[in-house]
Amino acid sequence: MGELKEFSITVRAFLMAYPWRRIDPIPWTPLIKKLAQCRLALISSAGFVLPEQAPFDETIKGGDVSFREIPSDAHVSSLIETHRSDSFDHSGINADPNLAFPIDRVRELSEQRSIGSINRRHLSFMGSITAPGRLVKESAPAMASLLREDGVDAALLVPV
Amino acid sequence: MCNQAVCLVAAELERQGISTVVLQLLRVVAEKVRPPRALFVPFKHGYPLEAPNDPPRQHAVIQKALGLLEGSLEAPPLLREFVR
Repeated sequence: MGELKEFSITVRAFLMAYPWRRIDPIPWTPLIKKLAQCRLALISSAGFVLPEQAPFDETIKGGDVSFREIPSDAHVSSLIETHRSDSFDHSGINADPNLAFPIDRVRELSEQRSIGSINRRHLSFMGSITAPGRLVKESAPAMASLLREDGVDAALLVPV
Repeated sequence: MCNQAVCLVAAELERQGISTVVLQLLRVVAEKVRPPRALFVPFKHGYPLEAPNDPPRQHAVIQKALGLLEGSLEAPPLLREFVR
């Protein structure tokens, strides 16, 4: 398990005092199909962008709540990590973006027919968001709408 | 912060009819935020799928996570630990 003790005293104090958002009521969409019949999308908060996309803006107070669409056929080596946090070791996701954005792994699941299909696009954002109001009110609904329009059945969300 | 952010996005997807599962690196955060479905993974921050360039280990985590999507009749939140 990731643990609070991984962080500096300053970060630990912040996390202990932080007013975490409680999801209440908890929305629930049961999966009514087998996974082998489902269209899957990935959402990663590791801050990956493609070379032609703008990096996430580390100067925005409270966090950059924008997101990027990553085509599902993007080559994993083309992903550039722009996460601003210095509270974790970035070397793993830089060596292999699949570690937090497993586009190769879901491709393999599709080839094995463990999932029905991969959505045409995945979504990427930078999860270092201390003021999530606009994430909840604007970005998350926009992300959900895109994936709903695509006919996505299920999503795997990966923090970093 | 990443742990909370993916939970909040997952909740909105669920509201719009998409089933979700999130990985979580800090159990204390997931228990406070309460995503619909979460798999706690015993790895350090920055390593949600355990190891870079190790497809079998990454698949093991993904398989457990996606497994939470199928067939649960429990009331949410569905919070589980990754066990090999």
